[in-house]
Amino acid sequence: MKSILRLKINGREREDLVPHNMLLVDYLRETVGLTGTKQGCDGGECGACTILVDGQPLLSCITLAHKAEGKTIETVESLAKQGRLSALQAAFNEHLGSQCGFCTPGMIMASEALLRDNPAPDEDQIKKALEGNICRCTGYVKIIESVKAAASQLNREAAA
Amino acid sequence: MTDIPIPNKAAGARIPLIDGIEKVTGQAKYTADLDPSGSLVGMILRSPYAHGEIVSLDIEKARALPGVHAVITGDDCPAPFGILPIAENEYPLAKGKVRYKGDAVAAVAAETHEIARQALKLITLEVDEYPAYYTPEDSRAPGTVDLHEKRKGNMERDVHHEFGNVEEGFAEADLIVEDIFRSEEVTHLHIEPHAAMAEYDVARDKMTLQSVTQVPYYVHLMLAQTLGMDTSRIRVIKPFVGGGFGARTETLNFEIIACLLARAAGGKVRIALTREETFLTNRGRPESDIKMKLGVKKDGTLTACSCEVVQKGGAYGGYGIITILYAGALLNAIYDLPNIEYHGFRIYTNTPACGAMRGHGTVNARFAFESLLDRAAEGIGMDPLEIRAANYLENSFETPSGFKGLTYGLPQCIDWAKEASGWTDKFGKMEKGRGIGIACSHFVSGAGKPVHWTGEPHATINLKLDFDCGITILTGASDIGQGSSTIIAQTVAHVLGVDYGRLRVVANDSAITPKDNGSYSSRVTVMVGNAAMDAANNLKSVLTEAAARKLGVTPQEVECLGESYRVLGATQDPGIPFNDVVAEALVDTGTLTVKGTYTVPREFQGKGKQRGAAVGSTPGYSYAATVAEVSVDEDTGIVKVEKIWVAHDCGFAINPLSVEGQVQGAVWMGLGQAISEETRYNEGLPMSANMLDYRVPTIVESPHIETKIVETIDPNGPFGAKEASEGALASVPAAVANAVYDAIGIRFSQTPLTPDRIMDAMIKKEREDKRAAAKKGAA
Repeated sequence: MKSILRLKINGREREDLVPHNMLLVDYLRETVGLTGTKQGCDGGECGACTILVDGQPLLSCITLAHKAEGKTIETVESLAKQGRLSALQAAFNEHLGSQCGFCTPGMIMASEALLRDNPAPDEDQIKKALEGNICRCTGYVKIIESVKAAASQLNREAAA
Repeated sequence: MTDIPIPNKAAGARIPLIDGIEKVTGQAKYTADLDPSGSLVGMILRSPYAHGEIVSLDIEKARALPGVHAVITGDDCPAPFGILPIAENEYPLAKGKVRYKGDAVAAVAAETHEIARQALKLITLEVDEYPAYYTPEDSRAPGTVDLHEKRKGNMERDVHHEFGNVEEGFAEADLIVEDIFRSEEVTHLHIEPHAAMAEYDVARDKMTLQSVTQVPYYVHLMLAQTLGMDTSRIRVIKPFVGGGFGARTETLNFEIIACLLARAAGGKVRIALTREETFLTNRGRPESDIKMKLGVKKDGTLTACSCEVVQKGGAYGGYGIITILYAGALLNAIYDLPNIEYHGFRIYTNTPACGAMRGHGTVNARFAFESLLDRAAEGIGMDPLEIRAANYLENSFETPSGFKGLTYGLPQCIDWAKEASGWTDKFGKMEKGRGIGIACSHFVSGAGKPVHWTGEPHATINLKLDFDCGITILTGASDIGQGSSTIIAQTVAHVLGVDYGRLRVVANDSAITPKDNGSYSSRVTVMVGNAAMDAANNLKSVLTEAAARKLGVTPQEVECLGESYRVLGATQDPGIPFNDVVAEALVDTGTLTVKGTYTVPREFQGKGKQRGAAVGSTPGYSYAATVAEVSVDEDTGIVKVEKIWVAHDCGFAINPLSVEGQVQGAVWMGLGQAISEETRYNEGLPMSANMLDYRVPTIVESPHIETKIVETIDPNGPFGAKEASEGALASVPAAVANAVYDAIGIRFSQTPLTPDRIMDAMIKKEREDKRAAAKKGAA
């Protein structure tokens, strides 16, 4: 069974004919062509597929595409504005919060949700927000440094 | 007027990865992200049987299913493959026999996932089952069925080495410590699951494979062999790779299967393995039983080490022979240890094949060694740091096994770890339940001899410079997230002094880039780095000669400022711009292509006479000292690692940011093995083939890792660099176990130190303490 799915992805309205059993991650990657969102596990284990739905972090690999009907989706591709990296993207790049990069989109989207909610998180709050995102490269040290650096940058910009 | 300065040097600069922007924006294309248009879905049927003869395999119904374009079996591939030319005993699809639950037996290419899944269900497999062996003990028992012909008793390889005189060594010892250690199997768990995209050009009989590999060159060779195609008809491309950690240092069956399917279907096939299948493909660090004995004098001097290692290799050879050799070889070259006896046994079992994993071969033996060293220190009443200091090597050492090293930074590593961790105030002095421990480790900076010995240089780099004045670095080195492309770019930028904007790195396309052996044994920084340096120097010579012609002086009188060239000593002259120098250099010759190579000096390729003497030889050893502080919850048995201090001697940090990242990642991976990671099987069936049951530490369980870079400037390395990404890992399990002993007074000889194991040991100890107290009371 298929039906029309209407939603907003990265600021653009879309309408697609989507099978009812299609996962949101497959819809984003295969139908829409936004391959920034990754799948690292067989469902809900690693956090690599984290996106924002109506501003809240969500695992797109255990969510049916049709669950996003009428909702606003943000993926990692939405963060850079006119080609300028977001504070988190710049910080993950400059502080080596990303090595192989495969967990990075999910890690950045989960961090994005955190910073929107809490612009000045302490280390425990960062850890809490990212506890569902597994990284195999960094040992998390530079991920935490990246999130802290992005928060400082955003706070500096807000104060200016 | 002020002098126009020579630009800042790129080597040693703390810069982001040159491909970091693609990763943080989601633009980086990994294998599963490649354009799938027109591709078929490839899927693999796996054996539910652990061991047996294939009696029948009926694929006719699957073949007849509409939407199925190809179905293949072991009959479609006559040639075996394997990373070691002396141990090629694997077929992409099982031929005659299945050897583990999960062994690939057939594959389909279909128009959709649903059809592919349906097709797999229509295949019937009949197997005449043999007894299956899930432990080395069972595999080695008398009268077992051999997994592989010619490997009697399921012995993949036994190794017997003696250096010095072990008997005399132990006779000199004042104290002998010994124990039996068990390290459970662990796996890489790169976050990107395995995937491959194969495209067969029927009209031209050409194959293109894009895959998650760390070793495109070895994959290329194996494709030629298994497909029966000339190497010139094959092209292997490595897109972005989401981690490897050794899992992808050999050709894996799905890479060949994708190509076989593409050829059979006459088109393009994408295989994306599930996480469970990625576990089944395995190549993890083998379960190891290690019997080790150390002799020490009262002053802490080591007199002898004897070590027996039994590795559960799994169903196929893979890197097994190298792993069992490394386990013994790397007993050498970290301490001054004159007498070593090593017996290694690599055993075939009916479980997914093990292989190379970060810290290849050394990690479990180092756990045993560093644990025993801690016990020896206690036995002779010496601080654990002091006993290590009593056995330091010196710069320019040569081991009894014939390994040479020019630099040795372990003393600086330990000195820093001691100060930074506050060792003196903590060791043996913290409240019960809290403890601190140290362990050390080392690793090679590339193997002295490559897997396929062809007589070629160990590494080759090409540089192309054309009318646009941009420099294209062509390399076959595989960036898998460790930052090799960045290190190569920094090396070229440093030598030539040019802006990064002029550089681009084109990597890993066999049609374009020079051959490279790949990213394994931490070879890239030293070997490819040296080749990049050579290439850049060659290009600089060409440019200097061109500048000399323009300036009307000899090349010796030209000074290179990177973005300009001037007469030496003309310090206020901005010089001729780079673009003008290039224009002059192109006159009469056109496009410049220069090459650089590196070959490991002969005396660093292993001098020993023992069988496998090259394994363990290298241009330079890295060293690391790790201090772990832990607390143990005596109610739950949970070990919390509070903090880790690590110092790593990487020779020279071409990119300190990247070195820190590598060292932290290595330490953390060792931490997982120490406290929670374990690939568990029940009757050969994986019990933890997902990312919840295979427990890597989450961000919540991961401590801060304070990281110190120690630089010893190794004459063999580019700018003095040695490896940075593996050496520290092996120290961590023992550092944690030693810290747990300091915390609760119990020695652990098994990893991981899971809560149940800790609880069992604490209950046992409590019982023993009570019994001892009762005895004392009764007496």
